[in-house]
Amino acid sequence: MNALVPLVVTIPLLGAAIALIFGQRPRVQIFVSLVSLTLVTAIAAVLLVAVDQTGTVTVNVGGWAPPWGIVLVVDRLSAIMLLVSALMLLGVLIFAIGQGIVDDDNETPVSIFHPAYLVLSAGLFDAFVAGDLFNMYVGFEMLLAASYVLLTLGGTGARIRAGVTYIVISLMSSLLFVGAIALIYGATGTVTMALISERVRELPMGVQAILCAALLLGFAVKAAVFPLSFWLPDSYPTAPAPVTAVFAGLLTKVGVYAIIRTDTLLFVDVPLRIPLMVVAFFTLLVGIMGAVMQADIKRLLSFTLVSHIGYMIFGIAIGGDIALTATIFYVVHHIVVQTTLFLATGLVERVGGSTSISRLGGLLKAAPFVAVLFFLGALNLGGIPPFSGFLGKIGLFQAGVEEGSWLSYVLIAAGAATSLLTLYALARVWNMAFWRSRGEVEGYQSPLLESLAESPEDSGTVATKQTSGLMVGATTGMVALTLLLTVFAGPIFGYAERAAAQVENPDNYISAVFPEGSP
Amino acid sequence: MSASLTLVLLMSLMYAVGIYVMLERSLTRFLIGFLLVGNATNILIFLMSGPNGNAPLWTGGPEDADMVDPLPQILILTAIVINFGITAFVLALIYRTWWLAQLGDEGDTLPDDHAHDTEEDAEEVFRQVDEDDEAIQRVLDASNEHEDDPEPDPVQTARDTEVGR
Repeated sequence: MNALVPLVVTIPLLGAAIALIFGQRPRVQIFVSLVSLTLVTAIAAVLLVAVDQTGTVTVNVGGWAPPWGIVLVVDRLSAIMLLVSALMLLGVLIFAIGQGIVDDDNETPVSIFHPAYLVLSAGLFDAFVAGDLFNMYVGFEMLLAASYVLLTLGGTGARIRAGVTYIVISLMSSLLFVGAIALIYGATGTVTMALISERVRELPMGVQAILCAALLLGFAVKAAVFPLSFWLPDSYPTAPAPVTAVFAGLLTKVGVYAIIRTDTLLFVDVPLRIPLMVVAFFTLLVGIMGAVMQADIKRLLSFTLVSHIGYMIFGIAIGGDIALTATIFYVVHHIVVQTTLFLATGLVERVGGSTSISRLGGLLKAAPFVAVLFFLGALNLGGIPPFSGFLGKIGLFQAGVEEGSWLSYVLIAAGAATSLLTLYALARVWNMAFWRSRGEVEGYQSPLLESLAESPEDSGTVATKQTSGLMVGATTGMVALTLLLTVFAGPIFGYAERAAAQVENPDNYISAVFPEGSP
Repeated sequence: MSASLTLVLLMSLMYAVGIYVMLERSLTRFLIGFLLVGNATNILIFLMSGPNGNAPLWTGGPEDADMVDPLPQILILTAIVINFGITAFVLALIYRTWWLAQLGDEGDTLPDDHAHDTEEDAEEVFRQVDEDDEAIQRVLDASNEHEDDPEPDPVQTARDTEVGR
């Protein structure tokens, strides 16, 4: 079982190398990517079951025991993150392959897409299994470097402009992260997370708070938490649809995962509740107000993405069993739904030739199936019962009521308002793009379309493109997954509950890394 | 823990200058700032390794107690490699930005010259290149045969007359 853990990182990396060697042969590349990601998905599923039944799996890389060697840790939280992200990466890969086949490979230069995509996956998995702060940094760097390449694919003006913002911001956050690691090493003399957790508690509270703030600042940029979220809506939407989907679904969630670890494992004693709640409040409201203003569906979804990060930060802020259970469930739900919606928008763009709701129309008639896919995702994101979005939010609100402070009631109100505004924004997309007939678009007057901001990179309506069965199939599979999250919400909530119980007490993690007591 | 004051001052200076330069709009300046701040961070990691000591090689002797902490050195090495890769990428990005700026608005709708090339087109190009190579080789061979020819080089003659005048 232990041997499986390093494979989740090495298989995609090897795959990336092979894909790079066969740069001139798209078929081989597709085969290699599909095989590596399928293998990782299978391994992640096996790990999930094993970890749930027999407890946390740890691997001492190279046989060196921690804190001298690098340790990889898979507990319940890591396992579910691994499985969900592997499934997403696989689904989006199939979508990208479908898009490549239809476009004759002009849109996504295949020779670099596959290696970069696999390196991104490897970095993502590495960040989830790292039991070592510096290893986590390396994982972050891997996925970020790959994401720079994916974001600037093709090197057109718009993508370079968007890419520069993203790259500059990400580099700054990485420098903050590595600086924080240096300070933590100076204070505790280790980078093994389990040992940091123990030793940090002996430090004066002021030092703890500074170290924690330095680390959180780096993660907050990655998770797109207000006020460090301004870069996201400008950089994500210009990338190709599958790339945006992966970024939106997964990259911000690595930041959230790292914040969960910081709060529950590394700095248990630092009182983060109130600062995190304030930040969550602004993330929720500022994000969704941005979304309501947008005419472009991709930008609109990017803003809702920022806004919904607020729910997760709210859950982390409350802490405790119920809140963490709801947070983990919400993270899983949000990864799947946000990725799916971006893929559905990719289909809309191809069918309608635009992503601006002021120009789209008649899509319900033109592409009824795509309309259904978008509709299900939108309802789910908006939190309509009985979908998983509703269940996650109810869990969070329950935890908030249990917590009982006035601040948490304010946040519940903000969360409910955000949910309604999300629904408003998405219902407007539905009304304009799908329900309105094609002929009505010219000279259409409606209060719904007043004071909307078009995307700054808006290039007008372009020719509609074909969609392949593979693209629609991949999106359908993902939508089916969101529905399964709803149908099997009971067992998944149960799992999230066990994961939360494990995460909530740092001693579980520490005793897994040091079975014979810490040095 | 003791730390070298010189290194602390150097680090602060590099951080200060680096962050100041990073705030410029130009991407090249950003890169210079990034390099300064990145190396300042490396010095920070180095400072965290504590007092100086012997090389971290375990010999089993009593002087091994004075060994320097090896872990920060590994971290710095990794950070240097990562910064190197990122720098290469940002340089490519700067070149691309410059190129797009030269093209102006055209850059946004740049057509791919080889978008519709098929395998036959590529083979055609290679065949032409091969033929050119052969032709050049023939010319070279032909000139070699006449190496001992007393006939004067026309260019050389022309130049000689010019100098003489």
